[in-house]
Amino acid sequence: MTLDTVRIRKDFPIFERTVRDGKKLIYLDSGATSQKPNVVIDAEMNFYRFHNAAVHRGAHQLAEEATDAYEGSRKLVADFIGAQNDEIVFTKSATESLNLLAYAMGNSDPGARFALLPGDEIVVSEMEHHANLIPWQQLCKRTGAVLKWFSIDSEGRLDLSSIDSIISKRTKVVAITHQSNVLGTINPLENIVARAHEVGAYVVLDACQSIPHMSINVVNLGVDFLAFSAHKALGPTGVGVLWGRAELLEDLPPFLYGGSMIETVTMTDSTWAPAPKKFEAGVPNMAQAVGLGAAVTYLSSIGLNEIHKHELSLTSYLINGLQNIPAVRIFGPATQIMRGGTVSFAVDEIHPHDLGQYLDSQGIAVRTGHHCAWPLNKKLGVAATTRASVYLYNDQSDLDALLEGVLGAQKYFSRFS
Amino acid sequence: MNLDHMYQEVILDHYKHPEHKGLSAQKDVQVHHINPSCGDEITLNLSVSDGLVKEVSWDGIGCSISMASASMMSGLLTGKKSSEASLILEAFMELMQSKGTLQGDENLLEDAVAFAGVSKFPARIKCALLGWMAYKDAAFQIQGK
Repeated sequence: MTLDTVRIRKDFPIFERTVRDGKKLIYLDSGATSQKPNVVIDAEMNFYRFHNAAVHRGAHQLAEEATDAYEGSRKLVADFIGAQNDEIVFTKSATESLNLLAYAMGNSDPGARFALLPGDEIVVSEMEHHANLIPWQQLCKRTGAVLKWFSIDSEGRLDLSSIDSIISKRTKVVAITHQSNVLGTINPLENIVARAHEVGAYVVLDACQSIPHMSINVVNLGVDFLAFSAHKALGPTGVGVLWGRAELLEDLPPFLYGGSMIETVTMTDSTWAPAPKKFEAGVPNMAQAVGLGAAVTYLSSIGLNEIHKHELSLTSYLINGLQNIPAVRIFGPATQIMRGGTVSFAVDEIHPHDLGQYLDSQGIAVRTGHHCAWPLNKKLGVAATTRASVYLYNDQSDLDALLEGVLGAQKYFSRFS
Repeated sequence: MNLDHMYQEVILDHYKHPEHKGLSAQKDVQVHHINPSCGDEITLNLSVSDGLVKEVSWDGIGCSISMASASMMSGLLTGKKSSEASLILEAFMELMQSKGTLQGDENLLEDAVAFAGVSKFPARIKCALLGWMAYKDAAFQIQGK
């Protein structure tokens, strides 16, 4: 074990409680949302208690402090992913970040840089979360553009064998997930980015499942836009990030109009503030953004490389354990190579909801269902799966409990036949 | 919270040996319902004549609770007067919304009172109601014909 999980768990007050009549909480659902350390809870609370005021307006001390805290958080997030401050747009979620991008592109004047014409193409993959599929699917419907996608192979990896025909001269956007929220697969970006840029397409990365778990530098990745949510990375709910290269954000039209995002306004026309303000209409989610700043500071203090190593070791342990249980089928890569700490599986004929219910009775929290990736489930040939996802506060004892829980469920549901 | 309150023997028995499963050719209306939060699906055929539910048949994929409930519902409603079926449907819905406070009327619901325990688990109430809502929709469509 590379991380001191006993010490780390002390930072997370939720682990002081028990569930289901006194059972220890075994939290294996961080892929849905992570738990929050005290530093994040305190940062959000203290903003309200001591500094609350509307940012970027007001001539008083509180407004100054609130603005400093909010903009300070922007800098922390920028440093966290190797970006410039003005490239960080705060949204309410990763879902909003991706929608913002799709709608802003759709708002482009004809002939403008991001405008889509009928017959232009947008490329996604079969393993996308609905949040990185539907905005593009619907943008295609609105503009007459054509949606194309990479399929996946039997191991749950992207099939890039036809990359040169899937990403074509008509491709304007390639929107792809960095790590599958179902399979755990980490996608190789190098070839995709190279091919996309060769044809002049923009690469949009859904980094929701990767940013919380590995060290990421947007410049090194070479992508053009990137979206993630705070709440999967120890931060509060209600705040997400859209990162875009500065020169792209400059040309991208706004999506939401209103206060804060303008430069000048008359009764008949308006001009826009420079990014990121252009994309942050209204009083923003200040306390949540400040909480996100505390979250990335905390993550950096532990070390993203250490976290990733820790999770890989847990993932191997879990996959080995599951493989040793008869009638368990794992979806996604069974190796440690290019995968993260999300493992989806099926057990015999036990429906995931029933398995999840049994595990819950043992204090074990997992996700069951289609994980907002319905097309992927159809491809896998299952209506639903059970998903365990690990984070920095999990240890082997959590996984032992899960493995024992799976055996217990097999016994419980085999009572009748 | 005791898991056995939910997974009663009669429920698991219906799950393993479902009744009226497999779509009958006899149908006046067919409906397809899904539970978008989990992906469970049911297709239901309903035939009605002279104010009688002639047959409810169904097919679907889902958890033990949704499939067992569809099985019990189709057995319970087939052969009943449409008006009686409505009363049974209402009684079942009331039971499922009771948060564990009702036992269920055994005269009306028969074995389906076993679902009383499911009403204590908010996330599973939709599972238990999937087949029943499909029937309700089908019966409503027939009324409109």
